Amino acid sequence: MKYISEFRAPDLAEKLGQAICAEANPERTYHLMEFCGGHTHAIFRYGVQDLMPANVHFVHGPGCPVCVLPVRRLDDAVELAERHGVILCTYGDMMRVPGTKQRSLIRAKADGADIRMIYSTQDVLKIARDNPGRQVVFFAIGFETTTPPTAVAIRQAKAEGLSNFSVFCNHVLTPAAIQHILASPEVHEFGTVKIDGFLGPSHVSSIIGYAPYEGFAESFGKPVVISGFEPLDVMQASLMLIRQINEGRHVVENQYTRVVTRLGNLKAQNLVADVFEPRPEFEWRGLGTVANSALRIRDRYAAFDAELRFDITQKHSREVKSCECPAILRGVKKPTDCKLFGTVCTPDTPMGSCMVSSEGACAAYWTYGRYREQAANTGEAAA
Amino acid sequence: MNAPDHELATYATRHRAVDVTHGGGGRAMADLIRDLFTRHLGNELLDQGHDSALLSVPPGRLAMSTDGHVVSPLFFPGGDIGSLAVHGTINDVAMSGARPLFLTAAFILEEGFPLERLEAIVISMANAARKAGVLVVTGDTKVVEKGKGDGVFITTTGLGVVPEGVHISGDFAHRGQKIILSGTIGDHGIAILSKRENLEFETEIRSDSAALHGLVADMVAAVPGIAVLRDPTRGGLAATLNEIASQSKVGMMLEETAIPLNEQVSAACELLGLDPLYIANEGKLICICEAADAERLLAVMRAHQHGRQASIIGTVTEDSNCLVQMRTRFGGARVVDWLAGEQFPRIC
Repeated sequence: MKYISEFRAPDLAEKLGQAICAEANPERTYHLMEFCGGHTHAIFRYGVQDLMPANVHFVHGPGCPVCVLPVRRLDDAVELAERHGVILCTYGDMMRVPGTKQRSLIRAKADGADIRMIYSTQDVLKIARDNPGRQVVFFAIGFETTTPPTAVAIRQAKAEGLSNFSVFCNHVLTPAAIQHILASPEVHEFGTVKIDGFLGPSHVSSIIGYAPYEGFAESFGKPVVISGFEPLDVMQASLMLIRQINEGRHVVENQYTRVVTRLGNLKAQNLVADVFEPRPEFEWRGLGTVANSALRIRDRYAAFDAELRFDITQKHSREVKSCECPAILRGVKKPTDCKLFGTVCTPDTPMGSCMVSSEGACAAYWTYGRYREQAANTGEAAA
Repeated sequence: MNAPDHELATYATRHRAVDVTHGGGGRAMADLIRDLFTRHLGNELLDQGHDSALLSVPPGRLAMSTDGHVVSPLFFPGGDIGSLAVHGTINDVAMSGARPLFLTAAFILEEGFPLERLEAIVISMANAARKAGVLVVTGDTKVVEKGKGDGVFITTTGLGVVPEGVHISGDFAHRGQKIILSGTIGDHGIAILSKRENLEFETEIRSDSAALHGLVADMVAAVPGIAVLRDPTRGGLAATLNEIASQSKVGMMLEETAIPLNEQVSAACELLGLDPLYIANEGKLICICEAADAERLLAVMRAHQHGRQASIIGTVTEDSNCLVQMRTRFGGARVVDWLAGEQFPRIC
C-alpha cells in the first residue's frame, strides 16, 4: 500500500496546508470548483477542508456520472427491464437512483425485472453468452473514463457475433459540461456562482489528456489544474490554483503528472472514436440540454444500439418537486440549502441522484459531515 | 475447501442430491437426519431425539440469540456457512458476557443441492461446535423447490449463561470510556467478495470467522465491569459503533491510525472504492470500558489468539446528536455515519 499511503501522509498535508495559508491572500476569497465527485469524496472523507484557510471554498461540480443522468433516461432503463423483458446490466450506483414517482431499478428488480449489478463490461458479455435466448442490455453511463470499456465490449460483441447484446448509451463528455457551466448566466452574467478556478478531472484526463481544457481556460479566463483523487493531490492542486489566481494567470496546469499527459491515451481515444460519435445534444440533470456533450453509437455498430433495437416510448418524466439536485450540480446551491436534505432525503431514502452515489455532493455532505455546518451555524463546536 | 477431507460418507455418495422427499417427513428424511446430521453433530442431548431438547442449565441469567445465515458463496477462504452459523450465534450470545452452552440449527435446503457439499458443511459445523465446547441439541430440516433457495440457509439459535456480577449492555457507554477493538477489520467481507462469481480476484485474505467466547471469558474475568461488548458484523465497525452511540446517547471520537487494518484488505478496498469501516467481520469484537481498565483489558486481549492485534481506537464523548466521528489519518475530522443501503464499488 506504499503507493497510496504516501499520498495521504499527514506531515505533508500539514506542510501543504501551511503553504496554502501563507499564499492565500486574506483580503479575498477563493472559490475552487472541484469538477469530479471523486474530488468531493476525498475532500470530505479526509477532512481536507479542515486543513484549508477559511477563505478557500470548494464548490462542488457536476462530475458525478450517476448524478447528471436525467430522470428520463433512467425511466427508459426501467422500461427496458420491465416492458421489454431484457436482462438489464448496470453499475451498482445506478440501482438506487429514483426515477419518476420514486421508481428505481432496485424497485423494479424487487417487482421481478431481471436487473443485474455488474462490475465490468466483460461481465455483461458473459451474461449475454450464457443467455443466448435473452436480450441483454448494458445500461452504460459515465464520463470519458468508462467509455473505452464500453467501446471494447461493443467491438468484442461484433467480432463474436453476439447478437443478443446491446448498449443503452449514456456516456457524457466532461469539457462540454465545464464549458456549459462557465457560459451559464449564473457564472457568466450574474456572478451568483463564484468560480475562480477548477480542479480538473483526474481519471477522465488520463483518457482525454489536458489539452481539451486549454480553450476555455483561455476564453473564460479561469485557471484549471488537473488534480488526482488523493487528498494530497487535491491540496497541492488547490495551492497551484491559488498561485495562478494570485498571479492573474489562467492556464491549464497538471498536478496529476503521474498519470495524465497533455494528449492522453491515444489508443483509448481511437477506440472510442471508432465506436462512438458526438450526439448533437443531450440532456443533463441540472445543466439542461447541452450541445455535443454526449456520445451515441456510430452507424457501423448500430446493431448494438439498444435505442434502435427497442421501441422505447416517449414519457413524461419528472424529478421530485423541490429536489435541489439540479442547482447543486451547477454549484448554485449547497446540499444544506435543500429543504429535503436530511429530512425526507437521506441515503436510505434518496429523493435525488446526488444523495445516491458516494460521489454525489449530498451523499458526501451527509456521510462525512452532515452536522458540522449546522453546528458551526448555531455556534456549537463539533465535538 | 471443496470436499470433506475424511472418507466420503456412504449416505452422501449414495443419494447424491437433496430432493423433496428429504423434507417430506418420511423415511428419506429420517435417514438424512440419522446418517448425515446426527452422525456428525450427535451428542447425548441431540441423540435423545425428542421434539424438544431437555436441558439442565447452571444458575444465572440466560442469554439467547438467533441468527439466519445466507452467505454466498457457501465456501470461502477461512470458513463456510457451517462454521459461520456456529461462530455467529456463539458470538452474539457471548456479547452479553455469557458462556454459550447450546445451539439449535434449522436447515433450509434447496432441491438439487449436492449432499456431499451439505455433508462438508455439517462436518464443518460439528468441528466448530466441538472446538467451541458447545452442543447442538436440536434441529430442523426443510426442503424448498429448486430455484427457491440458494443451496443452503442455516438458522442457529444459541443459549448461554451470564456469570454472576457481569452486566454488559449497549446502553452502558458514557463519556470518558475507552473503545477497544479486538483486531483488524474488513477481513470477512473482503474474503467473501473476493470469491463472488463476478468479482473474483487473487488474494490471500481469509475470513476472520471465529468463536469469541473464550476471549470474552478472559476479558470479563479480568475486568468484570466491562460496559459494552458487541461484534461488528453486518454494517461493519461503523454501524456497530453508531448503534451503541444511539443506545447510550453518547458520541464517539475515533483515531483512524489506531484502527487495525490488514494491508491486503486496505488495498482491495481502495481498488473497489469500499470503506473498510462498513465491511462485515465475523471474528472481532468491540469493547467499551472505563479508561482506568483499558490498558489492563488490552493486555488480556492481546494475550488471547483472537485479540493479538487489539487496539484502543477511541473515546466515548458527550454528544446529544450521538455522532461517531473520526480524526482521519490525514489530520482532518469526519463523521462516521451508518451505511445507507449497500456499499457499491465506485464507477469513476
